[in-house]
Amino acid sequence: MLKKYIIFALIAVLGFYLASTFKAIPFGANRLGDLNNPETVSAFYLQKSPEDLHVANTITAIVVNFRGFDTLGEVTVLFLAVTGLMSILYRKEEEETEERLAIPSSSLVRTGAKILFPLILVLGIYVFVHGHLTPGGGFQGGAIIATGFLLMLITYKTFYTNHNVMTWLESIAGLGFVAAGLYGLIVYGSFLQNTAWTGNLNDLISGGLIPLIYIFIGIKVGTELTSVLDTLLNIKPRKK
Amino acid sequence: MMEFSEIFFKYKDLISIAVYGTAIMLIIIGLYGVLLKKHLVKIAIGLSIMDSGINLLFVAVGYIQNGTAPIFSPGHEGDVAKMVDPVPQALVLTAIVIGFAVTALALSLIIRLYKHHHTANIDQINSLKW
Repeated sequence: MLKKYIIFALIAVLGFYLASTFKAIPFGANRLGDLNNPETVSAFYLQKSPEDLHVANTITAIVVNFRGFDTLGEVTVLFLAVTGLMSILYRKEEEETEERLAIPSSSLVRTGAKILFPLILVLGIYVFVHGHLTPGGGFQGGAIIATGFLLMLITYKTFYTNHNVMTWLESIAGLGFVAAGLYGLIVYGSFLQNTAWTGNLNDLISGGLIPLIYIFIGIKVGTELTSVLDTLLNIKPRKK
Repeated sequence: MMEFSEIFFKYKDLISIAVYGTAIMLIIIGLYGVLLKKHLVKIAIGLSIMDSGINLLFVAVGYIQNGTAPIFSPGHEGDVAKMVDPVPQALVLTAIVIGFAVTALALSLIIRLYKHHHTANIDQINSLKW
């Protein structure tokens, strides 16, 4: 009981200090500074993204270009987490005997899922192909694709993703990201350096390597999340 | 009919309290779940809620009054002065993905623990206690 009160007191102290800290930061105030002579890093990104890179979506420019190395690390973290999940939940084939779904879905759900599945895939691909023009990008598009696979996995008992195809797609996408980085290293002398040819603002093919890298990220995240869902849904209770 | 900017100016303190308050409350609720709940899945949910609170706090700090999304879509190329801070949004994008990875790994560990001990209550999983 004493432990509970101590924890409540600690949480209250933390809440008080968080509140008093953020009370000092005015909400909605402009902290970017002068946009023409950028002094803050945000103003610099807002100026350079359309001018130098010709990328409409500044967030994409930050994630893939200015902080591209960080994103490579982020993709690696996701990959490691998925690898860890798979190795923790790994189970030998002969132990898997029971059915995945307790209750079979109705024909309405099955027909609807069949119609929706390709549309969800197309939406996901659209989101990551247009990541540099509209809100969205590789991570969001990959998550949308994974929801399409989730719909199929929870609707059909017999729907299985092909692990070999998934592994190959994921590996090729990951290698493609690193290859794009090495291309910048070899041609321009710095890892993940963007090409000089960046196209026009708001064209589909603009931003140099940025759309290519975001397509790789989209495929990688989509396959990784799909494998996570597949693994989590295919775990069976241990047979006694 | 008032413009949004007028409403914002009039109730600025209230909006600021609402947004920061929600974010801080989410963090505190998540921390409460992590520290005091006994069920492992509830602890994972607490971690997830804490993630959302921190993400909301980040985006709220980057907001600029009457701001638009930092996207130079056709017809809005000149709106640079109105755009919100893009850096917190890019950081939150990273944080969401890492949060997903943490949740997935935590859930897989919980599944393994449950299968081994036939319970998800941390008081009953005591094989490492001495």
